[in-house]
Amino acid sequence: MLPQNRAAAMADPERYELREAPVRFSGVDRRGFIQLTASGLLIAVFATESDAQWGRAVSSLDARLIIGKDGRITILNGKVEEGQGARTQLGMVAAEELKVPVSQIDVVMADTDRTPDDGLTAGSRTTPSTVPAVRQAAAAAREILVAAAAAKFQVDKSAITIKDGAAQSGSRRFTYADLASSDGFTESMKRAPSGATLTAPAEWTVLGKPQTRLNGSDIVTGKYQFPSDIKRPGMIYGCVLRPPSYGATLQSIDLESAKTIPGATAIRDGEFVAAIAPNAHAARKAVRAMSDSAKWQEKPHPSSTVLFDHLKKTAKGAGRGNTSGEPDKILATASVKLQAEYNVAYVQHAPMEPRSAVAEWTAGKLTVWTGTSNPFAVRAALAQAFGIQPAALRVIVPDFGGGFGGKHTGEAAIEAARIARDVKRPVWLRWSRQEEFTWAYSRPAAVITCEAALDGNKLAAWKMTNINSGTAALDTPYDAANRDTRFIEADSPLRQGSYRCLASAANNFARESFIDELAAKAGLDPLEFRLANLTNPRLRAVLIAAAERFNFKARWRKKQAGRGVGLACGTDKGSVVAACVEVELGGAGQPPRLVEIVQAFECGPIMNPVGLRSQMEGCILMGLGAATREEMVFENGRVTSNMFSRYRVPRFADVPPKMDLIFLDRKDTEPAGAGETPIIAVAPAMANAHFHGSGHRLRSMPLKG
Amino acid sequence: MPVFKFTLNGAPVSVDTEGDRPLIDVLREEFGLTGTKFGCGEGQCRACTVMLDGRPSFSCVNTIRMVAGRSVVTIESLSKDGKLTPVQQAFLDEAAIQCGYCTPGMIMAATALLDRDPNPTEATITTSMNMHICRCTGYPRIVEAVKTAARLKAMAESREVNHVAAE
Repeated sequence: MLPQNRAAAMADPERYELREAPVRFSGVDRRGFIQLTASGLLIAVFATESDAQWGRAVSSLDARLIIGKDGRITILNGKVEEGQGARTQLGMVAAEELKVPVSQIDVVMADTDRTPDDGLTAGSRTTPSTVPAVRQAAAAAREILVAAAAAKFQVDKSAITIKDGAAQSGSRRFTYADLASSDGFTESMKRAPSGATLTAPAEWTVLGKPQTRLNGSDIVTGKYQFPSDIKRPGMIYGCVLRPPSYGATLQSIDLESAKTIPGATAIRDGEFVAAIAPNAHAARKAVRAMSDSAKWQEKPHPSSTVLFDHLKKTAKGAGRGNTSGEPDKILATASVKLQAEYNVAYVQHAPMEPRSAVAEWTAGKLTVWTGTSNPFAVRAALAQAFGIQPAALRVIVPDFGGGFGGKHTGEAAIEAARIARDVKRPVWLRWSRQEEFTWAYSRPAAVITCEAALDGNKLAAWKMTNINSGTAALDTPYDAANRDTRFIEADSPLRQGSYRCLASAANNFARESFIDELAAKAGLDPLEFRLANLTNPRLRAVLIAAAERFNFKARWRKKQAGRGVGLACGTDKGSVVAACVEVELGGAGQPPRLVEIVQAFECGPIMNPVGLRSQMEGCILMGLGAATREEMVFENGRVTSNMFSRYRVPRFADVPPKMDLIFLDRKDTEPAGAGETPIIAVAPAMANAHFHGSGHRLRSMPLKG
Repeated sequence: MPVFKFTLNGAPVSVDTEGDRPLIDVLREEFGLTGTKFGCGEGQCRACTVMLDGRPSFSCVNTIRMVAGRSVVTIESLSKDGKLTPVQQAFLDEAAIQCGYCTPGMIMAATALLDRDPNPTEATITTSMNMHICRCTGYPRIVEAVKTAARLKAMAESREVNHVAAE
């Protein structure tokens, strides 16, 4: 759709997509199928669908926007709503350009039979790619309204004003309902959804104002059907048998044992074994019964205690680098230099709604309802898995219960469809929380090394190498003419893939911690040192805004027993963030406690202040989880942090007593996404605050004092 | 299979099923009440909160056998005649919904809290709802929503009192 999006994706594919060796999670067994489940989505996205990661262009306006005879306007888009606020934002954008109230808009999302392919919902791309597409379509429809009104009233288009959802000339009104009933309307909607004149941010009346969730009433009453709430006539319930450990292969199993549970049966397709029953509980019990009879061949698997050594040992060569100047030469001769290594544990997305799907075959056509951020790629994967044409397939994605980059794949969809094909009835499937923790992909763990030389208070050379977790925000925003930043792949013990901001959180943790170490080396306060090495004006603006509100310089000079203050900043995906924090030091082995945060953020013109605040608070608190307690623990191929009682996510009580958010509104720039970058500052700011309070540097996430 | 009788959203119901089946599955699969959400199955996230004999309780660990003869109230029965309760309205108005999956459980807990304590402090809200996970994580908005709900509820009740007095 947009060449720059494609270019960005091609230049940095790992940044957004699941990248994994073909681990044998208990998907399915046939060769084509296992490749598909384990690594096939990668192939589907990058080989057969490489142009489609960010969607396909829409040539006709009516593919994007429908005007009903009742005047209601339906916006069609292929993005998904997983809590990030895209539905509301896209509705607002359309209302703004159409000049109608938001309540007149219906937003239809992510249905491969109905909506355009807008690609993967990830990488903060909805705002810079789908929002402009919807804005253009809505503006084009408004232009059609104006032209039709001008023709009807026999006046010049310039004599038409749009007010209260109608084109007006004097006392005469022409509404979208009138337009939909007018001659030539259908043909007029065949124009390209582009080339229209957009409403400038300074003129916005809908955008920029708070708007709560469009389908919120159905959420608070429990009426809204999430993917796991879908029920179809004749539907039965499936449950998949999982191996006891990573890499285990099935030697034998007694399928008949499933029948000890009333109404239950089993299917086996090589290594894929599932139970089907009239209710989910019976299906789970049937799987347990079969599991008791199963014999597995297990194989050695690195444990989390040796994770970082494993990543270093398996790092593949020198990796891909981005070098300028002569960093090595300068480092070899520099008198003031520093080196440090940072580690970041695997974390899980742990969305509240586990992976789920309902699959239904009717007359050779497959329909799947599932929670995925990648509807069209899941359709391609299903097509490949079952040897059918995409046209015979429909993937519908109801708004789902959280993703955070963790649902780019379609495991549950493929599994439910595989079972449904055999049993010839609609099949419901939902992963358990233990399945989610064990078999869903994690945010990659990282080993990051930093090395720098100083010339006075300036960075003379900068080197940073990330092993395993990726390139997002790896390049430094600081001024360093002589630099080398590098990413090296390694063998990942766990399935790993995307996450909110993916590698940015790890890279920014390492960089901002190391910058703090360099500031100490240079004998400057952390704010002064940053400002001395930073020209990026947007980043400077948020850094200064947060520091001033927090009164950072004065508070940093003053030491308090048992407490510390710190700051961090960063940029990714077109937005900038800075945080100042105060922490209470934890006991031995315990994380520091966040007691205050001032965070400043800027993502261009603010479209929905309510959505932005939610994203910022959400990012801070999710970032706090990975900073303090979240960590995947595994031993001999078994994930032991496989329940919420063993994987501690943030709770109400972890919310810092003081949270002060600063939003810089830049109406003069292009809007950028806001759902990810606000996550990257909290962990390094806390590590830096811990150092300030204790003199002890924490170089591993989660932070343990 | 045994038959279990209980009261569901004020009406007597019975279900013929295995006694060890979790209440949440019975609500969702037998009665189509999918507003009650599954999050963990171990009572750690409280997405599945319902009222059991008037008190908030998780429905994932409770089995149907444990519920026999008792009263269960789910999210679907809170609003009457299309009118949202103060808690539901406050969750909407305060944007206390991100993905919305934890929302029904949060609303059940907040409703029970305000029934016990019409004017809870922030500390009370935090303590009493701390077992509920919002992964998105909208905790600050949810706390605001509960505070707003307390105000809306007090206003609604004072209107009712005035209305009764006027009659």
